[in-house]
Amino acid sequence: MKLEKVTSPHLHGRSDTGHVMRLVILATLPGLVALTWFFGWGVFINLLWAWIVALGFETLVVKIRKRPLGYYINDYSALVTATLLGLALPPLAPWWLTVVGVGFAIVIAKHLYGGLGSNPFNPAAVGYVVLLISFPAEMSSWVPARGIEAAVTPGFIDSLSSIFPVFGNLLGQPNVDIITQATPLDLFKQKQGLTTAEIWQPGSAFGHFAGVGWEWVNLGFLVGGIFLLQRRIIYWHIPVSMLGTLLLMSLIFWGGSGSESNGSPMFHLFSGATMLCAFFIATDPVTAATSTRGRLMYGAGIGLIIYVIRVWGNYPDAVAFAVLLMNFCAPLIDQYVQPRTYGHSQGQNKGHKQNKSKNSTSDQSDDS
Amino acid sequence: MSRKLFSFPGGIHPPENKLQSLSIPIQAVPLPSKLILPLQQHIGAPAKTIISAGESVKKGQCLAEAQGFVSAAVHAPTSGTVVEIADHEIPHASGLTGLCIILQPDQKDQWIERQGIADIRNIEPTELVNIIRQSGIAGMGGAGFPTSVKLSPPADANIKTLIINAVECEPYITSDDVLMRERAAGVIQGVLILTHILQNQQSLVAIEDNKPDAIAAMQEALAQLNEPHNIEIVVIPTRYPSGGEKQLIQNLTGIEVPAGKPPLHVGIVVQNTATTYAIHRAIEHGEPLISRIVTLTGNALKQPGNYEALLGTPIEHLLEQAQLDQHQLSRLIMGGPMMGFALESANAPVVKTTNCLLAANREEYPEPEPANPCIRCGACAEVCPASLLPQQLFWFSMGGELDKAEQYNLADCIECGACSYVCPSHIPLVQYYRATKGELAKRNADLKQSDHARDRFEFRELRLAQEKAAKDAKRKARADASAKAQAAKKAAAELEAKNNPEGSGQSEGKGDSAASDSDIVKAALARVEAKKKAQAEAAASQTATNESTSQPETQDRS
Repeated sequence: MKLEKVTSPHLHGRSDTGHVMRLVILATLPGLVALTWFFGWGVFINLLWAWIVALGFETLVVKIRKRPLGYYINDYSALVTATLLGLALPPLAPWWLTVVGVGFAIVIAKHLYGGLGSNPFNPAAVGYVVLLISFPAEMSSWVPARGIEAAVTPGFIDSLSSIFPVFGNLLGQPNVDIITQATPLDLFKQKQGLTTAEIWQPGSAFGHFAGVGWEWVNLGFLVGGIFLLQRRIIYWHIPVSMLGTLLLMSLIFWGGSGSESNGSPMFHLFSGATMLCAFFIATDPVTAATSTRGRLMYGAGIGLIIYVIRVWGNYPDAVAFAVLLMNFCAPLIDQYVQPRTYGHSQGQNKGHKQNKSKNSTSDQSDDS
Repeated sequence: MSRKLFSFPGGIHPPENKLQSLSIPIQAVPLPSKLILPLQQHIGAPAKTIISAGESVKKGQCLAEAQGFVSAAVHAPTSGTVVEIADHEIPHASGLTGLCIILQPDQKDQWIERQGIADIRNIEPTELVNIIRQSGIAGMGGAGFPTSVKLSPPADANIKTLIINAVECEPYITSDDVLMRERAAGVIQGVLILTHILQNQQSLVAIEDNKPDAIAAMQEALAQLNEPHNIEIVVIPTRYPSGGEKQLIQNLTGIEVPAGKPPLHVGIVVQNTATTYAIHRAIEHGEPLISRIVTLTGNALKQPGNYEALLGTPIEHLLEQAQLDQHQLSRLIMGGPMMGFALESANAPVVKTTNCLLAANREEYPEPEPANPCIRCGACAEVCPASLLPQQLFWFSMGGELDKAEQYNLADCIECGACSYVCPSHIPLVQYYRATKGELAKRNADLKQSDHARDRFEFRELRLAQEKAAKDAKRKARADASAKAQAAKKAAAELEAKNNPEGSGQSEGKGDSAASDSDIVKAALARVEAKKKAQAEAAASQTATNESTSQPETQDRS
């Protein structure tokens, strides 16, 4: 009789990293549908292309690192990175933009730091920032959302040809003319002394309370986020503190509807990548703070930085910057928010008080 | 029962799997061909044998008595012959062997003379504690802490609350459940004895709400009690690890036991149900602890259930009663699936802490999956009942950062396994914590030893330096004295020369011999004087150095 020698606990719950990651991807579906509806098939094509590129790079690096491939691919983390980056790219981003962004995210931001779990920075955010700084023109040319006057939402073939010109050549449509426009956040920032009412014209890029289309996209990601919360894949602390801080900041610095307006709270909550960030990017546990209080501080920091850069900074949106800056702070936050352990009084167990254990050992030897 | 319950942080809801072993009542077990009785079935010093091989013993006879305060006696579970006292496999997490008394039953099952106490109310508590100690009772919930120690609080301790831990929160285990269903009155009697010993204000019997039959039986037994009592049955929500001693105290009273202190520190004593029942048997029937109820369960058994087994029964024999399918058995766990340990073989015996034997097959407990990297999801921190940061402790364990692990209170981890249970990356977290705790213990022991060695070395250096200084001072004093003597001699000679200027030419004749004689006497007297003076000075300086050397010694003695 050969008996197994395994230490306790012998039971294991059903949770599994691959399962968690698959659910995250699934939860982006409402947002993806909204994006595709308002900005055309390019969004969808980008996403598929990002997946292919991510799997390619993941396979390549895992092979180079001489690790078991199936084990790494099965955690689905590369696909999550690709999904988040793919959703953030402009709908007609040329194919090489995706390759550069996803490649940088997977190879440099993730694997060079040791792979999943060891990366200090959110790979998708790193990829996005690299693209934004290196290729600002490509990164800010969005097609106008469906519903805006004179907006022509590109069809599947047009989108495909414009992302991959090689298909355009094959299909005899070498040059597709696509109208591009700045995003509502950009337009609002560049309103040049106009009042909110003046730019908020029917048929303009502004809809009910935020950008046309963007309202729905953000609502879609909000729905997906609530699904993740309900499945306990993510915890509420980061989204709530991030959105709460953004809400608070935009209330304090709203400035009414005049030409000095910084945008209403609703505008900030439902514009750009706010909801995608709150539920999908900021909640990446690897790069976030870990304790409950730490998560609250981390989320609040992201909300604060997003608002500061959007309103007083140089960029219309700042999700990736905010996430990366707070990634820097996460270890520091973790250091200072150690929860109170059972049977210890508050402040008795600070991990950052380096000399505590040394003192206590010398105390003991004195006592004896 | 509208007692206000508090709560404890974290916890999980693993599948309970308790029904399998609840279909049949408590079963008796036929006598095995031999009984193996380890001398250490408890925390503390092993018992000391008082019989020798070849002796015939009766059922209930003491074979080995408690040695020291924290220890427990071992008794013969049936009558028979002591075959030998030798090393034998014992149920141990690392598969160690231990000294055991091997007893061959004579099938007569002949008791020693038993004397129960009918009315405990006139008996001194210390006498009852003594009987409990003589009966070899140790915590039967799994820890095996000698019960008499817990019942001997210091004189100034004010015990407010007695908690009977009938929670049984581990999956699969039902031994306390059936004990309460079938022998509730005995358990209640045990509580009364404990209350008499501790003189506590309230006695709370805590049961998880997934045991409605046990709750009903206990309430029934309590209702039938026709004497004043302070016992209350408290139903608590099912959530693992609500039966952890610290968690149970927090759940019932809202009090946290300070780290590193026993519950006694906050006026609470916790006893397990089976232990309480054993106390009742020992006091009121005069029966020492020689048997216990063991849950036999798992998919490798065809007849799972609860069996009343004599201590020392080989586990193999017990599993046969539950119709073990040898080919199915892949993992044999003593205790529950969350905190129990895997046995290396079924040759080990049932001991006082064997509440459950889980004979699992491969489908039920597949081999552990390879661990993925930690993604710091924090699920572990959410379920930790001690509010630790398990993922941080994991990093510190991996990196060998012992100081950090200590600062993050690794010592407060109760190894309940909730963190490992929820970990999506299948990391065997508790295994890391155990290893790091071991390293920490070793490091701290080493540290203590090296501190001690350093202290000794430093004192030796000091002592040598002082001895050297004393020696030097002595030498200097001696040198001074001789120099002074020399000087005195010289002075005397000069004086002589001055007094006797023509004496330089001694060869010139001895005409003035009387005068020169008196001069010689004078010089000699002066020499003696000088020598005396020098000696006195040397003595004075020596006492001074003696004082300086003796000073650290007196300091050391204080």
